[in-house]
Amino acid sequence: MRKAYLLSLIFILLAPMLLHAQENQAEMADTMRSNGKIYVVVLVLATIFAGIIAYLVRLDRKITKLEKES
Amino acid sequence: MRRSWWKVLCIILLAYTIIGGLLLPVPRQFILNETVRNLYYHVPMWFTMILLFSYSFYYALRYLRTGNMEYDVKGVSMINAGLLFSVLGMVTGMEWAKYTWGEPWSNDPKQLASALCMLIYFAYIILRGGIKDEEKRAKISAVYNVFAFALMIPLLFVLPRMVDSLHPGNGGNPGFNAYDLDNNMRKVFYPAVLGWYLLGVWIATLQSRINLLQLKKENSF
Repeated sequence: MRKAYLLSLIFILLAPMLLHAQENQAEMADTMRSNGKIYVVVLVLATIFAGIIAYLVRLDRKITKLEKES
Repeated sequence: MRRSWWKVLCIILLAYTIIGGLLLPVPRQFILNETVRNLYYHVPMWFTMILLFSYSFYYALRYLRTGNMEYDVKGVSMINAGLLFSVLGMVTGMEWAKYTWGEPWSNDPKQLASALCMLIYFAYIILRGGIKDEEKRAKISAVYNVFAFALMIPLLFVLPRMVDSLHPGNGGNPGFNAYDLDNNMRKVFYPAVLGWYLLGVWIATLQSRINLLQLKKENSF
């Protein structure tokens, strides 16, 4: 009983400090990470990147072909 | 696609930059928050521009020594690709500034200097457009290119560091350890720079190969 009282006292004393510590942290995209939505953004960017690279590779091949012909 | 191992390397590095750059941990900082990840995308645009302009400076010198039109064509292709990267760097910088410094344009010394640098190189393109004779165009633009490069160095590397700026590490040397680029960010930043370099060179060489084909075709008549 006494132990529980002591623990709760410590908690009450420490609680404001804990809260304070959390307030002091810079806000980041934690929500997006916790519900997995950040992966949607990664997927979209990866798709755009794949498209651009595919285009560049095709262009490169075409130019190589032209160079061989001339 | 012969001798294309570096193109494969470019694709791998940039894929890592996009996926790792968005998912790997970054330090928690006020005001910047998650936007610190822009470091992997905005800063390498300028580095790539500098690399491409340096290549074109090298080709200008080669042209002036040899008088070979091939070097002229290569030089202008490098500048065209470099200008693409400079525009991307400027636009991404303004977007980033809007949300961290409060407005897209705050007359920051580095913003002003890079805008000046862009204007100098746009003037190069306009100068070329204004001269009909090929030899003359190549010679004048190569000389202009040398002066433009000599101006770019103090504009980007000296002047912004002598005054206070919103950019990090100014009024000093922004390189390496001077500001808080922590080890987690280094793991993405250095591969990112190399990846964007290679992409810039890839685009520039495609452009110069097309221009060289055109040159050959014109000369064969």
